[in-house]
Amino acid sequence: MPSYHLDHLQHLETEAIHILREVAGEFERPALLFSGGKDSICLLRLAEKAFRPSELPLPLLNVDTGHHFPELNEFRDRRAAQLCARLIVRTVEDAIARGIALPAPGEVSRNRLQIPALLAAIEEFRFDCCIGGARRDEEKARAKERFFSFRDAFGQWDPKNQRPEIWNLYNARLNPAENMRVFPLSNWTELDVWEYIRRERLEVPSIYFSHARRCVRRGGQWLPVNDLVPPRPAEEVRDLVVRVRTIGDIISTGCVESRAATVDDIIAEIAAARVTERGSRADDRASEAAMEDRKKAGYF
Amino acid sequence: MDTQKNPAPVTARPPPVDILRFNTCGSVDDGKSTLIGRLLYDSKSLMEDQIEALERSADLTGGGGINLANLTDGLRAEREQGITIDVAYRYFATPRRKFIIADTPGHVQYTRNMVTGASTANLSIVLVDARAGVIEQSRRHTAIAALLRIPHLVVAVNKMDLVGWSEERFREIRAQFEEFLPRLGIQDVTFIPMSALNGDNVVDASPHTPWYRGPTLLGHLETVHVASDWNLGGLRLPVQWVNRPNRPRDAAWHDFRGYSGQIAGGVLHRGQEVVTLPSGVITRVKEIWTYDGSVEEAFCPQSVTVVLEHDVDLGRGGMVVGRDQPPGAGCDLTARVCWMHPRVLQAGRRFLLKHTAQTVPVVVPELLSRLDLATLEPASAPSALAMNDIGEIRLRTAQPLFFDAYTRNRLTGSFILIEPGTNATVAAGLCGEPREFVRPEGAEYAI
Repeated sequence: MPSYHLDHLQHLETEAIHILREVAGEFERPALLFSGGKDSICLLRLAEKAFRPSELPLPLLNVDTGHHFPELNEFRDRRAAQLCARLIVRTVEDAIARGIALPAPGEVSRNRLQIPALLAAIEEFRFDCCIGGARRDEEKARAKERFFSFRDAFGQWDPKNQRPEIWNLYNARLNPAENMRVFPLSNWTELDVWEYIRRERLEVPSIYFSHARRCVRRGGQWLPVNDLVPPRPAEEVRDLVVRVRTIGDIISTGCVESRAATVDDIIAEIAAARVTERGSRADDRASEAAMEDRKKAGYF
Repeated sequence: MDTQKNPAPVTARPPPVDILRFNTCGSVDDGKSTLIGRLLYDSKSLMEDQIEALERSADLTGGGGINLANLTDGLRAEREQGITIDVAYRYFATPRRKFIIADTPGHVQYTRNMVTGASTANLSIVLVDARAGVIEQSRRHTAIAALLRIPHLVVAVNKMDLVGWSEERFREIRAQFEEFLPRLGIQDVTFIPMSALNGDNVVDASPHTPWYRGPTLLGHLETVHVASDWNLGGLRLPVQWVNRPNRPRDAAWHDFRGYSGQIAGGVLHRGQEVVTLPSGVITRVKEIWTYDGSVEEAFCPQSVTVVLEHDVDLGRGGMVVGRDQPPGAGCDLTARVCWMHPRVLQAGRRFLLKHTAQTVPVVVPELLSRLDLATLEPASAPSALAMNDIGEIRLRTAQPLFFDAYTRNRLTGSFILIEPGTNATVAAGLCGEPREFVRPEGAEYAI
């Protein structure tokens, strides 16, 4: 008798494909948030698996903070072109110029400002659903998120009043101006993502692999030195061999010293890691509830 | 760069072989979050920054030692009030398995969260405080696990340190459970004496229980047999999306018409004779298309795209089934529901019912019974079902449903009710035995 067995990656894959097809079946105008980061790279492959041989039935959307790593944007554009997918980019710069996003005095980070830029893009294209690559293992507030995460007309998440999600039956119904965020990778861990990248032989941006970079020590981490992050007097600057484990903005993404030159190396490194990936993100270290507060305001 | 010269190190551990999903339930202070924290801590699944954050919060609340419950209580209100207000999901892996934990709160008013967390579980852990023994909550949680047909149950008798590691007390509690377990029809139950706070019998065997010869909790979670939990009986492929490439210039795909969905039961073969629903037309499987190439067969719960030999009228909400073991069909069904909304269910109310990939209007003509979770006895003809009640009801749908009894198939035997207007998910439903079965056109096996 043949053995009908799926390993853990196959289980996660079939679950994610089911969710992507539910999105295509239930929503009029869905979009897929694609940054070029490792999670959204997996998401895009899963979308291919869900919808081929048809074209992807939804456009890709990215909110460019203006502080992205150049390697990431180059990869994002190239990958979208390869797939003949429609890529929509909206910028925080433009949102500031139009008065949609207002920086606080002295505010350098674009993290908070991408929220109004995203909400404006949703309104502009009347998207009723945005698919994101967020995972529950990333962060404690994410651990409470549903696959289908309902947002009210202001884009807000209400963690105390979420729709129960039972079996694989997702309630996707919305009233006008309401919105859904859908997270097909909810049950994936950082290690699953890399094992899937290996299995599918997916290309990832070069900054995930070890490279030489000048870094400055700040807030207990190594930040990449660049125009936006100039070393201040008395700060320690070093030329290191590093990689990034999670990609945020160039001003807040800590680099980790690493010799990992291949996906196999990265998997070995993560399996032996003693710090979570979000440990290298200054935006999450702000407070224990940093992510919860941003999500309530409409962050994905 | 010299990084290229280093040979790739051997991967630290082989990838886990499969997934076990489990949920934890117990009443407010039984120590669920502590137990999960202990599992993560002792299986070395915690990272340094998580432990640091724990230590920081220990300083803040001034309680001295680190509080393992802070690991799972992710929202600010939870940490402030020391409660768990929603289902939290946690992940860890050992060399043998990957685990997905749904931590479900135990307050009476949060039964809906337990149903949510347990609906996809292979295994449920019911926590019992060894001092209190079986209380109404324990019975309620066990009954819900049984109702949802969770294949494996663990009764974690916690806080054994507070009853002097008494074997007699452990046996008493087991006897209390065994009094009502037979009525619930759960096949596989394992009792484990433990102290989550101190880590006894969670990951490491306890020196305090020489009289206990069973596995530790993690040992059991790693070895319990889950491969047969999926349904490989009658073929069920609910169609989620019709795959029709719009590529007029590409002759290869011009006539491609595939039906995409996740197999909810059974095995699908190329060449197999199948029935398409609701049309009842009999046809054959021409191709099982996947991104990674065509396959000869596929099985539950794989996601596939199937090409059929004939042009049939089939769309989202339809279903492809095998010729043996036909599903039930009809607009009238009885079902058990767990009511999840503050607005009560009364006879005559109308909803939308989502079953597999279709959503249809439904009316509830009659409430048949309400389960008393204290006695596990049904009370007949209730006037209403309130939040967290479980009861049996009749339903009449606007279009026929093709379904199985929940006891036969968890995916084609389940539904949710949605309140029109608010769009709230108000109930989880489990289909009863169908009265009539599908009879395809020209069928030789008509009743």
